Amino acid sequence: MTAIVDYKAGNLTSVKLALAAAGAEAEIVRDPAALRRAERIVFPGVGAAASAMENLRAGGLDSAVREAALSGKPFLGICLGMQILFGRSEEDGGVDCLGILPGRVRRFPDGTGDKIPQIGWNDITADDPQGFVKTSEEYYFVHSYYVEKNPCTVATAFHAGVEFSAAVRKGALFATQFHPEKSGKLGLSLLRAFLAAPAGDPPRGGQC
Amino acid sequence: MLKKRIIPCLDVRNGRVTKGVKFKNNIDLGDPVEMAVRYSDGGADELVFYDITASAERRPIDIGMVAAVAESVRIPFAVGGGIGCVADMERAILAGAEKVSVNSLAVRNPSIIAEGARAFGSQCIVLGMDPVKSGKTPSGYEITTRGFREATGIDAIEWAKRAEGLGAGEIVVNSVDADGTRAGFELEITGAIARSVGVPVVASGGAGKPADFAEAFREASADAAIVAGMIHSGEWTIAQIKKELAEAGIPVRTTW
Repeated sequence: MTAIVDYKAGNLTSVKLALAAAGAEAEIVRDPAALRRAERIVFPGVGAAASAMENLRAGGLDSAVREAALSGKPFLGICLGMQILFGRSEEDGGVDCLGILPGRVRRFPDGTGDKIPQIGWNDITADDPQGFVKTSEEYYFVHSYYVEKNPCTVATAFHAGVEFSAAVRKGALFATQFHPEKSGKLGLSLLRAFLAAPAGDPPRGGQC
Repeated sequence: MLKKRIIPCLDVRNGRVTKGVKFKNNIDLGDPVEMAVRYSDGGADELVFYDITASAERRPIDIGMVAAVAESVRIPFAVGGGIGCVADMERAILAGAEKVSVNSLAVRNPSIIAEGARAFGSQCIVLGMDPVKSGKTPSGYEITTRGFREATGIDAIEWAKRAEGLGAGEIVVNSVDADGTRAGFELEITGAIARSVGVPVVASGGAGKPADFAEAFREASADAAIVAGMIHSGEWTIAQIKKELAEAGIPVRTTW
């Protein structure tokens, strides 16, 4: 079963519809036990980091997500669902996040002439060992905060003078700042690649 | 680098896409879902739907249509018309719309912008505005409401800044003077607003040829632009518009 984690961080309809178009009947799950039973996990998220973390903790989902992300099961984080995998976000005056991956989440700087939020299609530069994403592909982004480049970064994009993480990977854990569910045919093929990916071993130590 | 977006606009009346000039003389163009798929497959970067009769008929937006579009296209789309409260926004977003657009409602009740942004995030809340040239306000442009029918005395630039402060994540500047003319976008007020706010600004009204988009992006610093009549008529395709923009050195998404 492919589970979409529901922690009241935005709308899951388009994620569910896109997974259906890619061939998977995903289930929206709210309780940690259901999440533990899933073979594949999609961790979406739109909105603010602080309330997202509160909702995760209130539902006891934070430890289940942490466990799932490092279990070796295929795991896909999207947008805020990628950002809160990291240690700390600058958002809402500073928020401690899940700390699964090493890196910080920062706000795009003002005054560069580039608009914030970044809304729209941007091209990426990628070096992903499993080939989920490739250089010069264009994906749909909507965000004001970004994950700094870090050892898990497998794709970057450029906005407001910053080269930021467009995608990160640690074993079977893959996460994107952009929205594959809103990125047309390319996004669908990324979702298909995720749905076809085998489970791996739990990552053993190391930064990435 | 971020691409400039081309956004087809579909005005829906009684479940059909229609096109009129200055909201008049509407003609039938087709089924909204079929057109959404066609434009999405043809290179649209986003779509926007306006349920143009919802407000007049005092009914909420057609959620069945929103859900049908969400099932059929995999690119973002916004909906407007018939959004009267946060609950209407929620229904549209849960049906699969990426964003909701408020216009006259926000003029009557600006706090709807803040309420929507708090509930769903700024990125979901689009302010649509219909400025007209006017001697009555400092910028020389005044906001109209109810499909251009009522002048409000509100200055267009002041309104854009206020909406940004309230939490609007994007502003669509739909020029009353340019709408339906196909004589090019209204560069003056679009540019003035794009330079006054930090959120993305979408030029709307007046597109007639690819060079009009180049002007909106270069001279008015728009981040995106609405296209309607010139592609609805079959005269131009999105691919043709983007090809010309790419040749002019404007960053656009060219594969889809």
